[in-house]
Amino acid sequence: MSDPLFPYSRGRHADPTPDAPALVTDRLTVCYPGTQRFALREVSVRANRGSRVALVGPNGAGKSTLLKAVAGLLPIASGSVQIYGNPVGACHHRVAYLPQRGDIDWSFPIPVSRFVLTGRYVHLGWCRRPDNRDREVVTAVLNRLGLGNLADRQIGRLSGGQQQRALLARALAQGADLLLLDEPLNAVDAETRDIIDTVMADLRGEGKTLLVATHDLGRLADVFDSAVYLQAGALIPAPVGAFCGAPCCAPVAEEASWAS
Amino acid sequence: MGVLIDPFRYTFMQHALFAAVLIGVTCAVLGVYVVQRRMAFVGDAMAHTTLPGLVVAHLWGWNLAVGGLAAAVVTAVCIAWVSRRQQVKEDTAIGVVFTGMFAVGVLLMSRTRSYRDLSHMLFGNVLGVTTQDLYLIAGVAVVVLMVLWLFHKELELTSFDPTHAEVIGLKAGLMRLLLLGLLALAVVTGIQAVGVILTNALLVTPAAAAALLTDNFPRRMLIAAVLATGCAVAGLVASYLLEASSGASIVLACTTTFLIVSLGASVYRSLLSADSTT
Repeated sequence: MSDPLFPYSRGRHADPTPDAPALVTDRLTVCYPGTQRFALREVSVRANRGSRVALVGPNGAGKSTLLKAVAGLLPIASGSVQIYGNPVGACHHRVAYLPQRGDIDWSFPIPVSRFVLTGRYVHLGWCRRPDNRDREVVTAVLNRLGLGNLADRQIGRLSGGQQQRALLARALAQGADLLLLDEPLNAVDAETRDIIDTVMADLRGEGKTLLVATHDLGRLADVFDSAVYLQAGALIPAPVGAFCGAPCCAPVAEEASWAS
Repeated sequence: MGVLIDPFRYTFMQHALFAAVLIGVTCAVLGVYVVQRRMAFVGDAMAHTTLPGLVVAHLWGWNLAVGGLAAAVVTAVCIAWVSRRQQVKEDTAIGVVFTGMFAVGVLLMSRTRSYRDLSHMLFGNVLGVTTQDLYLIAGVAVVVLMVLWLFHKELELTSFDPTHAEVIGLKAGLMRLLLLGLLALAVVTGIQAVGVILTNALLVTPAAAAALLTDNFPRRMLIAAVLATGCAVAGLVASYLLEASSGASIVLACTTTFLIVSLGASVYRSLLSADSTT
């Protein structure tokens, strides 16, 4: 994978710190834009490389806010986010973010293949055009998500489940190591659910790290290595009997060894 | 055929033809973005805000385009600045700014008591285009089309998914500013062809017609450019033969084209649905 000649943001190709976890947030606090109200308060979460972490909580608990802060979409009020040992924004190409469907203007005239191709742009930067290698990546991920025969269809003519798969296809096309998925299984059909489940299981084998906001409490233990529970913008202990998995809200002191 | 060629024996008509086609194509191609991003109101506002710049340039003996561009750039920066703040909605702020600027222009103009010049600014004077103007118009066409070509993938991405753009470090606000800058350039030339009041038609109408014909974005730009070229020629010929206002004729050619295309598209669609029901 070659570096872009003119990257969209400078310093985006920082190398990962050896042995640093994929993601560590340390007492991360985020406010709603333009206000002093807390959307997240002192949230410390850790995701080891290759792990699959679920973010669980009711609507408004701060799941999306946490994902957006890690993706660099929201300013951090206090605390810190470290991605492979680097601050937010130092390694855009390593982080893929799958937004909720409503964030995208699906009426824009663009076919599915080109939509997924936008996942490659972080590797192209200004003025460089996608080449055959990029198109091969797109074809491969489209097939992987069962969208191969819909490559030329307009994104506005996809079903909800197909749109969700197109979003995941784009995140995969980016080739990122840390994937932030905001409710990828929200209101999707059974076929989409099966395909996304399979892909998420495969990603673990490829050493990718997943942080996934989800409502689906029933299957946490099947799909994830650990779960983090959020309520009103703060971490809460797992409810009695709920899946917790490997601890991933480790006290900050333990991180000092690699951070220093 | 003679009817089409006859008017263009005159140098001023040849100049007008070159100018109208270049302006039409520039505005139409950019207009595909304007229509898709629902910026039609911004384009209209930017055309109107150039009036005080035009008048000041006229009074001080500058090139009108320079004055218009200065006013348009001020507007573009103002719009970008206003849209950063949340208290006043963007379209409201634009409405306040552009009517105010336009009123200042009319006031300044009434001091000069030259209503012929005022009417040229309001409704265009493509028949009066000088060689110098033509160079400027060609320059703007090259710049606008080059920038659209160079930054197509970024403009496209920020149009439908600014979130993903931000995640990969591409600032959506920067691309919007770029588009506003191009809009300012296109509008300043559009004013020469059809005037302050009708310039928005060149941006919106051919692009809207093209949007009815295809879902392919680059093809939309091509179709819009072809339609605009046809409308520029037809409008000029009609204005020559009927001795009518050239700006209004060009705009009406665009409007008529849009009506025909939209009628054709709805007939085509009803035929398709009739096919699928039988």
